[in-house]
Amino acid sequence: MDILVCISQVPDTTTKISFIDNNSKFNDDKVTFIVNPYDEWYALVRALELKETLGGSVTVITVGNASVEPIIRKALAIGADNAVRIDLDAVDSFETASAIATYAKNKNFNIILAGKETIDYNGSEVGGMIAGLLNLPFVSLATKLEIVGDHAVVEIDIEGGVEVITSKMPLVLSAAKGMAEARIPNMRGIMAARTKTIEVVAGQSNNLVSVKSFELPAPKSAVKLINPENMEELVQLLHSEAKVI
Amino acid sequence: MSKDRFQGHDFYQIDDLLTEEQKLIRDSVRAWVKKEVTPIIEDHAQRCVFPKHLIKGLGEIGAFGPYIPVEYGGQGLDQISYGLIMQEIERGDSGIRSTASVQSSLVMYPIYKYGSEEQRRKYLPKLATGELMGCFGLTEPDSGSDPSSMITNIKDKGDHYLLNGAKMWISNSPFADIAIVWAKNDEGKIRGIIVERGMEGFTTPETHDKWSLRASATGELVFDNVKVPKENLLPNVEGLKGPLGCLNSARYGISWGVIGAAMDCYDSALRYAKERVQFGKPLAGFQLQQKKLAEMITEITKAQLLAWRLGVLRNEERATPAQISMAKRNNVAMALDIAREARQIHGGMGITGEYPIMRHMMNLESVITYEGTHDIHLLILGMEITGENAFK
Repeated sequence: MDILVCISQVPDTTTKISFIDNNSKFNDDKVTFIVNPYDEWYALVRALELKETLGGSVTVITVGNASVEPIIRKALAIGADNAVRIDLDAVDSFETASAIATYAKNKNFNIILAGKETIDYNGSEVGGMIAGLLNLPFVSLATKLEIVGDHAVVEIDIEGGVEVITSKMPLVLSAAKGMAEARIPNMRGIMAARTKTIEVVAGQSNNLVSVKSFELPAPKSAVKLINPENMEELVQLLHSEAKVI
Repeated sequence: MSKDRFQGHDFYQIDDLLTEEQKLIRDSVRAWVKKEVTPIIEDHAQRCVFPKHLIKGLGEIGAFGPYIPVEYGGQGLDQISYGLIMQEIERGDSGIRSTASVQSSLVMYPIYKYGSEEQRRKYLPKLATGELMGCFGLTEPDSGSDPSSMITNIKDKGDHYLLNGAKMWISNSPFADIAIVWAKNDEGKIRGIIVERGMEGFTTPETHDKWSLRASATGELVFDNVKVPKENLLPNVEGLKGPLGCLNSARYGISWGVIGAAMDCYDSALRYAKERVQFGKPLAGFQLQQKKLAEMITEITKAQLLAWRLGVLRNEERATPAQISMAKRNNVAMALDIAREARQIHGGMGITGEYPIMRHMMNLESVITYEGTHDIHLLILGMEITGENAFK
């Protein structure tokens, strides 16, 4: 079972977001970057669990310049066997997905896993696009993944219940909460990561999309406290100020 | 205790001075402490019980002898990585850090540095995983800051040594499998010897009713005509420089560890000050509280720089005992002051187990005394800069 896990670098959730170059570029000064949690906690760990029971290998892949290598090193410390970095500052999900699909095309991975979304742009697009570009089945928001014979059995949470599907392999999945339990790198893993190499592959920009500008949401206004006796004022404010009724 | 919302604090971008691997180690230990230590530590401290189940995890996260070479079961890490591991564990609790410090600097270090090849191979790999736990016996009831006055002794009986005496204030003693014991030989010279649990006449009574390091087991080592095989003597050191070499390593680890306790207190106080509203605005908006918080982060930053620089010097094997004394003395006092100020910011809540403040404060009362008291470190510094010995 050879599994490719797509990982992405995202800002830590406590980051103060700001932009530079006329609001066209994210300001990464003093930002702490982490592995996108859906990629690390669920996609990567489930891939490792499958490798541990079925054999094979786990390869992590990311698209970015050399500054993203610390997150690759962490994925290797958690237990990935191989790592690939596509050297490209991708502008959008299509560029990222195209780069990964081009790399994965003739590599015979049985499963390609991604997190359900990145916590920065929340696009939820890359997995589906890879599947489209490689003409493979795609299951999004998977919460459980088992291999039975030559099929993958996947569970997906749906409104009020669970949908269970089977799929031939290879296939592409996006992993949601529940698929695995996060692992903390131990010292043995950190030491082993020292000697694992990161394969760097040149990336090609498709120059289809460019970012014009980003805007921050309006700052939150102060909380207004209404006396519980004064329901009329509350209704009036919900109508005239909050404009929700 | 309420949910652990701790965030590290790095006002001077000191992270830029760390390697990617050092940061990965630091962040991994921090995640482990959040998962394994903070959810249970308050309960164990309240009940005065050492959480023994953490030993395996401490071994896996690299807390036992991280700088011991890989061939002996260690990780072969540098001194700054060791410091960062101590910082993160003490962010959880000084008692757990004490267990790791003792195992690394006071048990594995002397076996590695002063032991025979057979002793290294026999003990170090098992100590690195926590399969064997150790303790260190130097202090005696009548011999604290003046260790050369010890009366514990070994007599050469031909095929073995006969060990007599008693040690006290020994972290890990109640459960340790081995003890590194410092004792005077027939010529009155201090030697190190490895004593194993189960040797006849060797007992380890626990010290009860502590108000500090309550989640760490402390006890005595009592030797009543204990026959110790000759091969258990550490062959490669004689005199006080043996135990003092171990203490230099441990004191260095403490200078990092207490930054963790200080950061936890500051982090909790900063959050509390922002969230607690009095007189219509958050506590953080009052000048007196800002003074406390601003001074705390200033002192933490100074301590971080001191510890980092000392780590560089230790990596280059250039750190002097007086430099280590300065860092241990300054950083522990800094942490204790911050714990006390943070307690004030938390008001009444600061005395409860809901917040980690009072536990850190009580722990630090031990840390400021053990491994060389605050005053003794001042005298070491004083002697270094004046050339005058003020110990006697």
